[in-house]
Amino acid sequence: MNVTIVDYNSGNISSVINSFKEVAKDKVNIEVTSDLNKIKSSDKVVLPGQGSFKSCVDALHNINGLVDTLNQFTIKDKKPLLGICVGLQMFADVGYEETETDGLGWISGKVSKIDNQGGKFKLPHIGWNQLNILKDSKIFNDIKNNSHMYFVHSYEFVPEDKNVITATTDYSSDIVCSVEKENIFGTQFHPEKSDKIGLKIIENFIDL
Amino acid sequence: MLKNRIIPCLDVKNGRVVKGINFIDLKDAGDPIEQAKIYSDGGADEICFLDITASNENRDTIYDVVDRTSKKCFVPLTVGGGVRSVEDINKLLNCGADKVSINTAAVQNAKVVEDSSRKFGSQCIVVAIDAKRNDTGWEIFTHGGRNPAGINALEFAVKMEKCGAGELLVTSMDKDGTQSGYDIELIQKISSAVNIPVIASGGVGTLDHLVEGIKSGASAVLAASIFHYGTYSVNEAKQYLASKDIPVRI
Repeated sequence: MNVTIVDYNSGNISSVINSFKEVAKDKVNIEVTSDLNKIKSSDKVVLPGQGSFKSCVDALHNINGLVDTLNQFTIKDKKPLLGICVGLQMFADVGYEETETDGLGWISGKVSKIDNQGGKFKLPHIGWNQLNILKDSKIFNDIKNNSHMYFVHSYEFVPEDKNVITATTDYSSDIVCSVEKENIFGTQFHPEKSDKIGLKIIENFIDL
Repeated sequence: MLKNRIIPCLDVKNGRVVKGINFIDLKDAGDPIEQAKIYSDGGADEICFLDITASNENRDTIYDVVDRTSKKCFVPLTVGGGVRSVEDINKLLNCGADKVSINTAAVQNAKVVEDSSRKFGSQCIVVAIDAKRNDTGWEIFTHGGRNPAGINALEFAVKMEKCGAGELLVTSMDKDGTQSGYDIELIQKISSAVNIPVIASGGVGTLDHLVEGIKSGASAVLAASIFHYGTYSVNEAKQYLASKDIPVRI
């Protein structure tokens, strides 16, 4: 099996690569590339993302044909894709970080700044917070409710259809921390930095 | 609920762990990768490497240490010391650091903070503030605490938040190495002046000092000696904080 981590100059993806390689061992081939043919032919795709919504969307568009390839992989071919952090946020129709920017539009909704109640909550939301699992997700196999995951973000995904939300976390309000829609999976937290439990989520995705 | 973080810090020199008293008198003790792994297995919420004499010496050893650690530890890794430019930050991130802390370069040229937070995201830019009390408040120091910068620490903290820093790592020069506790007033003042998380550093000798650090407004507490010399384990520290009703990840 081939799992491709999309390398599109979205910031630091070393930790994502290290964690997937740690879990995959020799069983699964982990590719790190922006090569469109390799992405098309892989079994699963991981879409990481760091920095601002706009900078990640711009970086995707800077690689000719990448957005079309991802659309085909995810929407037409319906193969499993995992978005991490801004990778998840880009599923939305639109994001408001820096300036209004169109997302991939795979899951209707918007990405807006966390309401920190006039400074009562520090931003970014950095650190370990708990999963409040709302419904079964294949990537939560053997993951206990209230497990701690590592978060770093100031913006949150607000999907229109609440049924796609598989877990939330409590920081000033219930923030979406994972979604699942058919073959599309996303985590706002960083499984690659969430110790053994995070690695288990990565393993669950690889094992889908 | 968001938990308060406990961050063991490893001072690294030439690829080896050392721990200084007031930034001098270094003792050599230990392999950084092994130590980091012990900490992450023991429940550390994050690991911090400080390349202490990097400003003056060959930097390549730290890249190797970061590279090897990031393949074994799957908790966030912050690396600082001798970071001069956007290119240095890029290199450390590519080696597997999750955050980079900037001290001297942030003081000398705030643009490094602006440019790097725009390029890599605020989430990986930590500004390290080394502060020492004077007649009017606290003055910041650069070059591993050697050079006074003539800049007020509170004003600098606010400025760094505006420049795009994601977190502030605040070390009291007066307290560092004394094991007499954080400079509580400094942590309080900076925490309430900014809206980004503050990591308290410098002076931890007992577990009560960690409690004080959190109570003074820090989102995370950093300590080196108490963990490095085995006075307490990270897990003992967390259990103690939990017993004082401070939310931690256990």
